[in-house]
Amino acid sequence: MTTTTDNPKTRLDLTRPILWLFAAFMIVLIVLPLSWLMVFAFTDKARHPTLQNFVTLFTDPAFLDPLLTTAIIATTSAVICCLVAAPIGWLVSRTDMPGRQLIRALVTASFVTPPFLGAVAWELLAAPNSGMLNQLYRHLTGAEDPLFDIYSLTGLIFVISCYTFPFVFVLVANALDNMPGELEDASAILGGKAWTTARRVTIPLALPALVAGALIAFLQAMTLFGSPAILALPAGFHTMTTKIWSLFQYPPKLELAAAAAVPLLVLTILLLQGQKFLLGRRGYSVLGGKYGPPRPIEMGLWRWAALAFCLLVLLNPVFLPYFALLNAAFSPNATTLVTPSTATLHNVVFVFTELSSTQLALKNTVILGASTATIGTILALVVAYVTTRRVIASHRMLGFLATAPVAVPGIVLGVGLFLSYTRPPFVLYGTLWILLLAFLTINLPSAYQQLQAAFATIHPELEDASRILGATRLQSLRQITAPLLRTGVIATWCFIFIGVMRELSAAIVLFTSQTKVLSVLIYDLNESGDLAAISVLGIAMLVITFTVVLAVNRIPMFGGGAAARLRNG
Amino acid sequence: MRGRKLSRRHVLQGSAALAVGTVFASAVRAQAPEPVAITPALVEAAKKEGRLIFYSSMDLPVGEKLGKAFEAVFPGVTIQIERSGSERLFQRINQEFASNIRAADIVNSSDASHFISWKKNGWLMPFVPEDVAKYFPENCRDPDGMFAISRMWLSSIAYNTNLVKPEDAPKSFADLLDVKWAGKMVKAHPAYSGTIMTATFQMVRELGWEYMEKLAKQRVMQVQSSTDPPKKLSLGERAVMADGNEYGIVLLKEAGQPVEPVYPTEGTPTISGPTGIFRTAQHPNAAKLFQAWLHTRETQQFFVDFSAQYSVHAQVQSKPGQRKISDIKLMKEDAEGVEKMTEEIKTRYARLFRV
Repeated sequence: MTTTTDNPKTRLDLTRPILWLFAAFMIVLIVLPLSWLMVFAFTDKARHPTLQNFVTLFTDPAFLDPLLTTAIIATTSAVICCLVAAPIGWLVSRTDMPGRQLIRALVTASFVTPPFLGAVAWELLAAPNSGMLNQLYRHLTGAEDPLFDIYSLTGLIFVISCYTFPFVFVLVANALDNMPGELEDASAILGGKAWTTARRVTIPLALPALVAGALIAFLQAMTLFGSPAILALPAGFHTMTTKIWSLFQYPPKLELAAAAAVPLLVLTILLLQGQKFLLGRRGYSVLGGKYGPPRPIEMGLWRWAALAFCLLVLLNPVFLPYFALLNAAFSPNATTLVTPSTATLHNVVFVFTELSSTQLALKNTVILGASTATIGTILALVVAYVTTRRVIASHRMLGFLATAPVAVPGIVLGVGLFLSYTRPPFVLYGTLWILLLAFLTINLPSAYQQLQAAFATIHPELEDASRILGATRLQSLRQITAPLLRTGVIATWCFIFIGVMRELSAAIVLFTSQTKVLSVLIYDLNESGDLAAISVLGIAMLVITFTVVLAVNRIPMFGGGAAARLRNG
Repeated sequence: MRGRKLSRRHVLQGSAALAVGTVFASAVRAQAPEPVAITPALVEAAKKEGRLIFYSSMDLPVGEKLGKAFEAVFPGVTIQIERSGSERLFQRINQEFASNIRAADIVNSSDASHFISWKKNGWLMPFVPEDVAKYFPENCRDPDGMFAISRMWLSSIAYNTNLVKPEDAPKSFADLLDVKWAGKMVKAHPAYSGTIMTATFQMVRELGWEYMEKLAKQRVMQVQSSTDPPKKLSLGERAVMADGNEYGIVLLKEAGQPVEPVYPTEGTPTISGPTGIFRTAQHPNAAKLFQAWLHTRETQQFFVDFSAQYSVHAQVQSKPGQRKISDIKLMKEDAEGVEKMTEEIKTRYARLFRV
């Protein structure tokens, strides 16, 4: 399959130099900060080698407790996400449930919502005493005790799951969308009952996506910083990310912080290996030269129950939080139900005319979002191509490089970048460039996973056909693969853009007053309890994100654009 | 004990000047540069720079209102306020200086000990506004002219009047250890907030770490900024505020929110917030103009009136209706003491409160 040397024509194939260039870039992008982290983890302040950091780490309950808490959070969230995302993905993709587009849009909305914003919204809803849901519950039942306490481990797991399940959903739904109907039809024709077809055909074909989804959910939940910082600290416990963050307090204990990242790194590598082991060597490419669309399963009256189920689930990440934010934005008191007579524009006026950081943060965020998404998509596209088509010998390493950052909590990557780019020859701290590098690195794994999955479903025979007919690799990419990948490319661009809007953990280490982004501004406002200002900014942030995502999805011939970028790359 | 007596003796010094004990004890004086008035030349130079970046831990609406007032007086100079907890600002400023980033022009910290460190590092620019030279008590300004105390405020107890009857309300820090307040209190964090760092130092000095140990067992809701507990209290999220900005409580009460401050019988922690200009300021003239303007009688009076804080400017009147600071039993501030104990407070606090 890897036929790079047997091109009979002498036309210059630029593939290899370009790929090596990308590999070099990735090494700088990822290996440099990770190396600095390793250096710090295994040395003392004078940079003499030592294991003392790990001894401190593994003998102090102040570190072990957060590690255990994080493991519980990540595992539970991953399971919840799969349990919620798999049925919704299947309902949306393979059944005749009404409102499927609506459900997809709403899941996208929950994905677009930054987890820290969701956490603040859930504070408004379910803080034990002032939370609106608890107020309502007390009003209705006369009870004294709260119904919900968002400042708890359960509350935190719930909020994290609310904004992590879309990762699983996207992968599962895409896999099901791309699965040819013929395979299921064949099973049915051969007498397979619905359940047999599901067990023998649909589930095995969707399994890689679900496992990948579970993995991403686990890693997301493990490395999230904003939600734990907002909900766990008031409750009096730490997760690994908040613990690591607390190590940056003055005087910073960077060695311990770096060492604390190592267990997370090891855990991730084990998980990635586990995924490989689970999925074995079976090939899963199903998008060949010809295929039919999946046939929707008729559900009869159950389809309404299914819709109700989906809407009920989406109450938690979307309807209730958005309602709480809107209410707080226009209410004089964040958790009091606003009425026409009490509605006020005070908060809006404050945020847009008095708050001096708003304009700058808005501008920085949009610039970073668009540039990271563009560069990141190109990068992920090339790496995914190289690894799925095994273009160069070191494709495994490239794939590993693209996946590795997933193991590094954003906050630790932030420190790694900080250590790498605060000294010559690359002094980037204090500029938007360092944030661009951070956002690029953080979003690369999921972008890569997404495009790799997209590539994996397109059989190489399509490209081979083109190459046999004399096209260079780049030409066949442009003419054959790129158009088939169009949806995946648009999705990835949006994915990264949203990822940048959601990102807080690296930004919180790397920002300066001139490079502040919206997420940091919102986090700062949360620390001083300015919930109304957060609500206004949060809504503004959501509006921007939705506008950009919708606009990008409407650009005609985006596939052609993507190919052109590839050519330039 | 000693601290309390001192603070009382120092409460009123001169006309309206409020003294804080000796915040910056220093025998050597008179190395400060000549006092500077706001001149048209300074205003012009500031306008040429056009911008000012002000790092501050003031409650956001208060800080932004101050900024807008400055912009209104000197159109053409826009001010960008970087608000965060003082301990966090301290960390960031160190981080930025270590990387040669000179973003901050001027800083107002709620942990006065930060200025000891910055001065030691040689990061501050000597500049003495006319009003500071004329009307600020000696112990409220740096002898070398590096900074002056721009505001003073308290960290008090408070309660939500919808949730707690006045007769049941805690009267002292000791009262907060009553089991009836378990799970019902909110407090801020000394590793984030300079106000709380300063207050925790004073409480530990007067009440001992045993007090903090017992308080930690009360399942306290732990927020970050000292500006947050008043807000959590007014939302009704918690019934009692164990520490936090008293001025936030006064402002919320004025706005009709159900909150009431309590000045604990053991004494109320006192915090002073100095302002100083960085030697490396990118907008030095705008910074000087702001520093001069901030300490004039008019600005200090305006600040006291709208922010419910206190001024050490001799000509400033206390805010009508607000409880006089001379009627409140205060704990004495000691910036040098705080500087020595910062790390211990952060470490022990984190161990006790688990975050």
